[in-house]
Amino acid sequence: MRAAVIVFPGSNCDRDMAVALKNAGADVHMVWHKDTDLPDNLDVVAIPGGFSFGDYLRVGAIAARSPITQSVIAHANRGGYVFGVCNGFQVLTETGLLPGALLRNAGLKYICRHVELTVETTNSAFTTGYAQGQGITIPIAHHDGNYNLDAEGVRALEDQDRIAFRYVDNPNGSVGNIAGVLSENRRVLGMMPHPERLAEEAHGGTDGRPFFAGLMDQVVGA
Amino acid sequence: MTEPAITPDLIASHGLKPDEYDRILDIIGREPSFTELGIFSAMWNEHCSYKSSKKWLRTLPTTGPQVICGPGENAGVVDIGDGQAVVFKMESHNHPSYIEPYQGAATGVGGILRDVFTMGARPIAAMNSLSFGEKSHPKTRQLVHGVVEGVGGYGNCFGVPTVGGEVRFDPSYNGNCLVNAFAAGLADADKIFYSAASGVGMPVVYLGAKTGRDGVGGATMASAEFDDTIEEKRPTVQVGDPFTEKRLMEACMELMATGAVISIQDMGAAGLTCSAVEMGDKGDLGVRLDLEKVPTREENMTAYEMMLSESQERMLMVLRPEKEAEAKAVFDKWDLDFAIVGETIAEDRFLIMHNGECKADLPLKALSGTAPEYDRPWVPTPAAAPLEDVPELDSIDALKALIGSVNYCSKAWVYEQYDSQVMADTVQRPGLGAGIVRVHDTGKMLAFSSDVTPRYVRANPVEGGKQAVAEAYRNLCAVGAKPLATTDNLNFGNPEKPEIMGQFVGAIQGIGQAVAALDVPIVSGNVSLYNETDGSAILPTPTICAVGLINAEEEPIIGTARDGHVALLVGETSGHLGQSALLAEVFNRTDGDAPAVDLDAEKRNGEFIRNNRDLIKACTDLSDGGLAMAAFEMANAGDVGVQLDAGDTPTLFGEDQARYLIACNFDQAEALMGAAHAAGVTIQSVGRFTGSEVVLGSARAELTELRDIYQNTFGDTFA
Repeated sequence: MRAAVIVFPGSNCDRDMAVALKNAGADVHMVWHKDTDLPDNLDVVAIPGGFSFGDYLRVGAIAARSPITQSVIAHANRGGYVFGVCNGFQVLTETGLLPGALLRNAGLKYICRHVELTVETTNSAFTTGYAQGQGITIPIAHHDGNYNLDAEGVRALEDQDRIAFRYVDNPNGSVGNIAGVLSENRRVLGMMPHPERLAEEAHGGTDGRPFFAGLMDQVVGA
Repeated sequence: MTEPAITPDLIASHGLKPDEYDRILDIIGREPSFTELGIFSAMWNEHCSYKSSKKWLRTLPTTGPQVICGPGENAGVVDIGDGQAVVFKMESHNHPSYIEPYQGAATGVGGILRDVFTMGARPIAAMNSLSFGEKSHPKTRQLVHGVVEGVGGYGNCFGVPTVGGEVRFDPSYNGNCLVNAFAAGLADADKIFYSAASGVGMPVVYLGAKTGRDGVGGATMASAEFDDTIEEKRPTVQVGDPFTEKRLMEACMELMATGAVISIQDMGAAGLTCSAVEMGDKGDLGVRLDLEKVPTREENMTAYEMMLSESQERMLMVLRPEKEAEAKAVFDKWDLDFAIVGETIAEDRFLIMHNGECKADLPLKALSGTAPEYDRPWVPTPAAAPLEDVPELDSIDALKALIGSVNYCSKAWVYEQYDSQVMADTVQRPGLGAGIVRVHDTGKMLAFSSDVTPRYVRANPVEGGKQAVAEAYRNLCAVGAKPLATTDNLNFGNPEKPEIMGQFVGAIQGIGQAVAALDVPIVSGNVSLYNETDGSAILPTPTICAVGLINAEEEPIIGTARDGHVALLVGETSGHLGQSALLAEVFNRTDGDAPAVDLDAEKRNGEFIRNNRDLIKACTDLSDGGLAMAAFEMANAGDVGVQLDAGDTPTLFGEDQARYLIACNFDQAEALMGAAHAAGVTIQSVGRFTGSEVVLGSARAELTELRDIYQNTFGDTFA
């Protein structure tokens, strides 16, 4: 599996993401935001967490207009796999590849803690490593993770089985307890929790590992 | 632009005493210009010159085979084997945080991160030690929210995990909160960067954010007491931009890798002045600056303002001229301003030109080398009042009083606002004992702890100073880390008062004895004096941060207690209640001496824990709240009840030092008993972990009930 991790100024989970992908067996390329082209024959683009452009203006908004992002959008439109974690999710909603927006947490405070999620669908390359309805623990660390989408949009996500993860105990006010969503073609995923932070024994848990292992299996097997 | 005339009022407003001004006249043989007066005040204030503390700081042990670089550079450097080094320091941002809590705290974090990466080390862990006034004081809530958000806002965006710290409350901090920020970074031991310039005619390069008028005179402000003009001081607080700092750090890392950097110094307190003088002084060179080349974000800035600005996220470096193109490519990649603003010169001169006009022409060496140094009069702190009778009370009621106090409840409300896991190397998050991070791509780990018990230091500065070091040492041993070295952040009141100076001198003596005995030299640090408002001083608060190493072949002790585990107490218990948390929180009393610290016992017991890590499932040190508090915390972490045999107040809540509580199974307990006997370590079984209740002698309560109190108190009080 050939994967690219996009690095914006202010990205700070880029290395963490690369490590998790490498540990799953991927061939990982770091791609600077000012580049215009993705590596050839790429399978997966990962947009990591952090504070791209300092979260200034609006979270994810400036990164969504970076030169490389146009190539990421083209990759997605070609049917390529793209996923964004935390700030990466925020960037993906800003590009329009995923619906909705991430608002300030309902409690107005930054929250870093382990949360319980349920896996809502296994019908995607990103969730195929889990069991339907499985409860998993994944850390969150964000100030703007309050997923917002109108009722019609939420209904569409539900009807199309595009909700990847929900919070068991909603930490940030997200509509429908939604923690992660899929695109219509199920090949673009955004999620606020960080699977790369709980993917090794030394992290104190490995519930994030099937995310990467499942993706690897799906992409290599395909 | 004409500069103001030098008058006695102007001199006084720069924080310079008449005799200090006379010294300036002696050095330069003429009246200084306005800009020169500003430069002297920046270099000679307490914050930058350590003029009251230097004499005593020199007495601290700062060397050892593990020390690569001790105090005097931006941060201390300690060997962690395999050609790697940990680089760390702690620094205060007390006064700015009280005036503008968010930005004050944020820029405190920014400053300490810069100190670390200036030396070539990528920051890998942060901690902070926060002291606030009593919870009922009208300012406390706003300060708690602002400071915690500021610490988080900066560190989270920058991308360094905050893995530990302290939060305390005491009325003495009502008018003067403390914000002490610690950072540690990782570097190759042979690729440490220092501030000493070398070579004549080398370009002096300015890198980072543009210079504004923020923070002009900040260091001088930080060296004065507060009074009712405090609101007027707000413009001296800097504004932080963690996004720029993150880019600055990445750019510095890339630049250092090119070999272009000869020397580097961050612009912290007293900005351009301090950094340029430091580089010249250490390299025995002069420096010429052409201020019209300094990137500014405001128009018509004067030489005075540029030299004293404390705008954040700025670096000064001396670069190899032949590498200029490579350097420029790095700065351009990260969209950072840079400019060649001057050069090194052979003469001992600090020459400041602005649009062709000479604004300052001073002997550079004299600026730092001849800074005043005081041997302030001091009086030893009188012995504390003897401990009066302490009534026996229901042990569970006493425990509830502690875990329901803002001082001893869970601080999750605070540390959950900090990203503790970015970099994906965090092994132990905040909440119980030392924070631990992996050394990336190795099997090694580093552990960090920040400690001080200010009420001990007030009662007995020498023992209190020792205790701060001993507790930090214990916290590292309790996770199985070998303590390597320490950094100190010495927060005290007005040193011109002999009794305050006496606290300072006593604490230094205690710290010195402890770091020598425990072999944890002080490799960096910071002194914050004049922490007083309207003449009332803070509790003496010498914060100690210790750094320890867990080797690749060693396991950390990070397990939790399980049902059926034995509770073993290591160390001697006499039931010392003087200055205890119980006395302070339950009885509002401050009588009795601080507990004595037996440094031999600390060393022996700490080594015992580390040497027997394989037999220990879970371990915590005993500190505030003694055995009862330690047992509750371990039970809470393991989600299992605990039964302690003892029910008397001194045994449960006494704060004797050099003690640890261990959880392990029965066979391991037997082996530990044997090992303790052989090592001359006192050990006893004090109960066991079982069931769902906390049982202290005959008093009992459900763990879940206690946990609710422990977890909710902080949020209920301040949210």
